[in-house]
Amino acid sequence: MAISVKVMRRPEAGRTSYMRATLKGMSLTFKHLLRVKKVTLEYPEDQPDLHPRWRGTHRMEVHADGRPKCVACGLCPTVCPANCIRLVGGEDDQGNRYPIVYEIDEFRCIFCGMCQEVCPVEAIHVGQHFENAEYTRDRFVYDLDRLMEQDHPTTLLWDPSDPRSE
Amino acid sequence: MHEMNQLTTFWFWVIGGVKVLAVFTVVMLVVAYMTLAERRVSAFIQDRLGPNRVGPFGLLQPIADGLKNIIKEETMPGTSAKLYFVLGPALAIMPAVVTFAVIPFAAPLPTPVGTVDMIVADVPIGILYILALSSLAVYGIVLAGWASNNKYAFLGGLRASAQMISYEVALGLSVIAVLLLAGNVTLTEMVWQQQQLGLWFVFPLSLAFIFFVISALAETNRLPFDMPEAESELITGYHTEYSAIKFSMFFIAEYSHVLTASALMATLFFGGWDIPVWTGDDMFWHEGALIRGFDDAGAPIAATPSVLITLLTLGAFCTKTAFFVFLYIWIRWTLPRFRYDQVMHLGWKVLLPAALGYIVLIAGTMLVLDQLGVPFGLLYGLVLTGVSGVTTIAFFFFIDRDRVIAGAHGMGAVARRREASRALLARRAAANPDGSVS
Repeated sequence: MAISVKVMRRPEAGRTSYMRATLKGMSLTFKHLLRVKKVTLEYPEDQPDLHPRWRGTHRMEVHADGRPKCVACGLCPTVCPANCIRLVGGEDDQGNRYPIVYEIDEFRCIFCGMCQEVCPVEAIHVGQHFENAEYTRDRFVYDLDRLMEQDHPTTLLWDPSDPRSE
Repeated sequence: MHEMNQLTTFWFWVIGGVKVLAVFTVVMLVVAYMTLAERRVSAFIQDRLGPNRVGPFGLLQPIADGLKNIIKEETMPGTSAKLYFVLGPALAIMPAVVTFAVIPFAAPLPTPVGTVDMIVADVPIGILYILALSSLAVYGIVLAGWASNNKYAFLGGLRASAQMISYEVALGLSVIAVLLLAGNVTLTEMVWQQQQLGLWFVFPLSLAFIFFVISALAETNRLPFDMPEAESELITGYHTEYSAIKFSMFFIAEYSHVLTASALMATLFFGGWDIPVWTGDDMFWHEGALIRGFDDAGAPIAATPSVLITLLTLGAFCTKTAFFVFLYIWIRWTLPRFRYDQVMHLGWKVLLPAALGYIVLIAGTMLVLDQLGVPFGLLYGLVLTGVSGVTTIAFFFFIDRDRVIAGAHGMGAVARRREASRALLARRAAANPDGSVS
């Protein structure tokens, strides 16, 4: 006998009656028909409640003077499992490091949030945002300016003392 | 009082043409909106909202769907039999559209040129015309299934023909009970007889009504009997290879069948356009005159047709039909599909003998009543109602007795529990051989 053959016990056609089951089912569906509360979310008008740890489109945090917080340490492109972050770092006169090029390919990104977790200055974040449709594919490579423009709420990091973020 | 004369030949043709156009348009519109109703009701049953974006409450959705299906590309399978592939949907839609012609949908309407019957064609063969033409629809399905040169489509066509043959019998037999009581095959006369009896035929012929509903579900290939297009087994069966407007035509055909079957249920068993209790709407052509009934001496009483009565009876007819359309949708979204052998079992081994026996019973009761000289009226109907009621209860008691089906999972659990308790008892018996209770 094969390993996973499950023999279903079913009565033969001559010994079955569906009357009670039918009537029960009909009354059940009718109750649901009359139920006012529906599960449908009428999306563009009603927005879904995103979980505080929802990981969506990235955003780059900005200093008060408009500079990106990123110090071009190179941790995020290193840790990124999808290899979607391109970073070219530079240094200014005072010896502060800053990103010359910082691009995230949102198509390659798997939204694991590891860039946010690894960032030592809390510059790069994944955000609570998912509406990022575009007309062309190249628009999905977000450059530094675009990442700094994003203004949606950022994602809460996982806190080991509060694993279910309650 | 209005002039109650029949139409002259000229006006008969003119008004006939108007009626054909009006009824065809209305049927097509209703069919379009039935697709919307189907989607909305199914959504509500499943706690969803359904299409509500195109127009207010989604009311323009059928138009959008129709437009889309007209504009879409039509595919033609390279290996199909081209002529029959095109002929299939045409043959399917034709009988579906023309069957509505013999169903009366309101009381006669008085007009300046004469009293107009609210029926497209009051042909003397009435219900026979519907039975004959609705069975033709299966040719379209079989032809489509065969011409597609696709095994799923072919299986769908085969199933459709087998199912149609099986349930045509039960359908015909349940209609025979109505014919026995009405004494005629025209649907106008059936409405009239129900008005005369003072009872809708659903009461004196309750079991026939139940058989008719079940067979009509099978005849129109609706769930739980949609074997020809069983999605999980045959993709979509006979119309797997069809796209665009040809697919739409199958769809329209199916829904027109549903509409006709609903209207037929309303007419045969629920008095057609008759308004219950009120006798003011009773109307029938008797020897060239429109009458309301007979007085005690047997002389005909003239009827008074009016626009108001026509509108009221039209409303009654639409309400009844709409209820049955809703019942169809409700059943579809409640019951799962029958297994193929169960469909055949129900058709041949349950419905056929039961319907035959029921006809014998009804005919016998009517014979006894006629011999006793009971006039065709309320008492006659009530006696038949009693007999039918007892038969219906007996029928359901018989088929339901000790034969309740539970889910296969639940049955497994029951069997396991029974096994476990038996094993426990055996162990106890082994540990305690003298049978004493500690």
